[in-house]
Amino acid sequence: MSFIQNHLLGIEGLEQSAIREILDKAEEYADLNQKTKKRVDVLSGLTQINMFFENSTRTQASFELAGKRLGADVMNMALQGSSIKKGETLVDTALTLNAMRPDLLVVRHPQSGAVDLLSQKVNCSVINAGDGQHEHPTQALLDALTIRRAKGRLHRLNIAICGDISHSRVARSNMLLLGKMENRIRLVGPSTLIPSHIGEFGVEVYHDMLEGLKDVDVVMMLRLQKERMDGGFIPSEREYFQRYGLDFNKLSYAKDDAIVMHPGPMNRGIEIDGDIADDVTRSVIQEQVEMGVAVRMAIMDLLARNMKINHTKLLT
Amino acid sequence: MSLLVKNALLVEPNLRKVAKGNLVIRNGLIDRKNLIADTEFDCDGKFVAPGIIDLGVKVCEPGERHKESYESAGKAAAAGGVTTIITRPDTKNPIDTPENFDFISKKADEDCIVNVFHIAALTKERKGQEICEIGMLLDAGAIAFSDCDSVIQDNKILSRALTYSSTLDALVIGHPQDKTLSHGAVSTSGKFSTLRGLPSVSPLAERIGLERDLALVEMTKAKYHLDQITNIHSIETLRRAKNSNLDISAGTSIHHLSFNELDISDYKTFFKLKPPLRSETDRLATIEAVRDGTIDIVSSMHTPQDEESKRLPFEEAASGAIGLETILTAMLRLYHSNQLQMDQIFTAISLNPAKRLGISGGSLSHNEPADLVIFDADKPLILERERLHSKVKNTPFDGQKLQGRVLKTYVQGREVFSL
Repeated sequence: MSFIQNHLLGIEGLEQSAIREILDKAEEYADLNQKTKKRVDVLSGLTQINMFFENSTRTQASFELAGKRLGADVMNMALQGSSIKKGETLVDTALTLNAMRPDLLVVRHPQSGAVDLLSQKVNCSVINAGDGQHEHPTQALLDALTIRRAKGRLHRLNIAICGDISHSRVARSNMLLLGKMENRIRLVGPSTLIPSHIGEFGVEVYHDMLEGLKDVDVVMMLRLQKERMDGGFIPSEREYFQRYGLDFNKLSYAKDDAIVMHPGPMNRGIEIDGDIADDVTRSVIQEQVEMGVAVRMAIMDLLARNMKINHTKLLT
Repeated sequence: MSLLVKNALLVEPNLRKVAKGNLVIRNGLIDRKNLIADTEFDCDGKFVAPGIIDLGVKVCEPGERHKESYESAGKAAAAGGVTTIITRPDTKNPIDTPENFDFISKKADEDCIVNVFHIAALTKERKGQEICEIGMLLDAGAIAFSDCDSVIQDNKILSRALTYSSTLDALVIGHPQDKTLSHGAVSTSGKFSTLRGLPSVSPLAERIGLERDLALVEMTKAKYHLDQITNIHSIETLRRAKNSNLDISAGTSIHHLSFNELDISDYKTFFKLKPPLRSETDRLATIEAVRDGTIDIVSSMHTPQDEESKRLPFEEAASGAIGLETILTAMLRLYHSNQLQMDQIFTAISLNPAKRLGISGGSLSHNEPADLVIFDADKPLILERERLHSKVKNTPFDGQKLQGRVLKTYVQGREVFSL
């Protein structure tokens, strides 16, 4: 038992052994998800609330499905509008929901640190489903599981993370996780989209994608947010695609068996050539979505277990 | 009534020394010649120093009295050994007209137990478009002019404001920062801000602002004070500029001398400041600049913010920290760590502000007003924010172990605080 937290707020606080425990548990659920009968009872009687302060279809659906397959009562709250417009603060919204006694809160918020703040104000388990430009731990864990299944291991791999690193919580969580698991990480992108001082994280930075992809085992593409174009970070979509979009030519510099990943949703023709995304021999993008459900089931299972242990401790 | 303060360690920044001695408080003034008095106070070897002159305090009247009033600010100041506060004009309704100025000036006279001077805005509504009535505000008693952290971006307007002020010999206080670079940023760029995913700005934005301001001062011959210099890049620039014959001075905040960016830790909004906290290298360089006199003045940059505006995600939360009551204790940390001598501390928090603003105080000389603080530099305490006198309690020192307590504070010979 290595994953002993009450919350999953980020990869930053996780030990290597805790990451392994989550991934091993997720393997079990990946197998279960292949069966016709996919339901188990580990969250039976527990209430899960998905609080999304920022639009999301995929992540929310994945968490909802994960909760339901584990037997939890799942409620979705879309909070982009309603209470925020009425001037209610995040903390008040959290306290209100807390009074309804949920057991698991899954939270996405457009600001870094907001999920952390919320977790201090409630007495249930909180899962960070993405906060601003800070972390997106479940995405990193599902990426790790996908890599481990495709490559047979999760260490000593050369992994290139390409695109908008600066504004990406996926990149941060992946950098931390893959670093903890002792892989060599390369960041590839235009200098305007790579944070200063990033070298201090023990990663290698490449501005030339051909060099950056040379001999890597994993190519991880990131979504380029449309609003970055207006911010003057890059001159145009076509120039970006030409220099940093993944096409077969650039991919040929990677190892022959290199896999291609993308957290979705994709901008075909901007960061990735549609044909690569659809090439089942290279792309594991659909597998990532599948592993997403399994990883989220594993995390909720382990958090519920920790909840029970703490509860028993309190009683004795 | 007269009081003999005896067995004291007298801190005399103007003489660059600390020595055993006695002094008398008589008729609101310091008497160093006739040491016979009606009553006496035995300091038992504790320090007696000129009261702190805190340049750049925000009192939230008019507009947000629930955060800090002249009454509460006065009590906090007295408890912190601050005998004179110089207020900022960045209140909800900015102090940009003689009428507004008269209001706060009256308020301060009625409610505040320490001396108060006021800075007026440089431009109307601090918008950087039209110059305030600097002449009339001077007549009303304005001690300096500043748009505070609302940097005047338009060089033509700033140059005119500086030229106009220079004719009237008015001191202008600027906030060195390139707003176009720092807009939206809440932290200093580096490993920490990247890890936390916070919008950040290079510390060089401060130097760019500084270089611009210095060039305009050279052009206009204005009398200029830079409110907060907080990193190694701007310190180098400032050091060079101080060797020229410009009429400039510079300050920094006690919080930038006490903390670095890592103190933000897990998004602690009480550490959200403007400019944002810097690296440890910057903090040490800033202390060194205070020590060698490149930075003249240390202020609390007292900025009250209520719980509601701080209990938010980091990016949304308000900036600023209160500091009136903790400035001395925080400075004493640098004394205990041998980074600053006692006389250097009082040069930065008392003597230099008095000299730069042309007001009395800042020394224990004969016939100076008896604005002074008696303190025990060693007495330990764990700071509890609820015990502070300010109306709001946004101090980054909450729960910290500190050393040094104010025992008594006198303003014009009147005891305004006693532990």
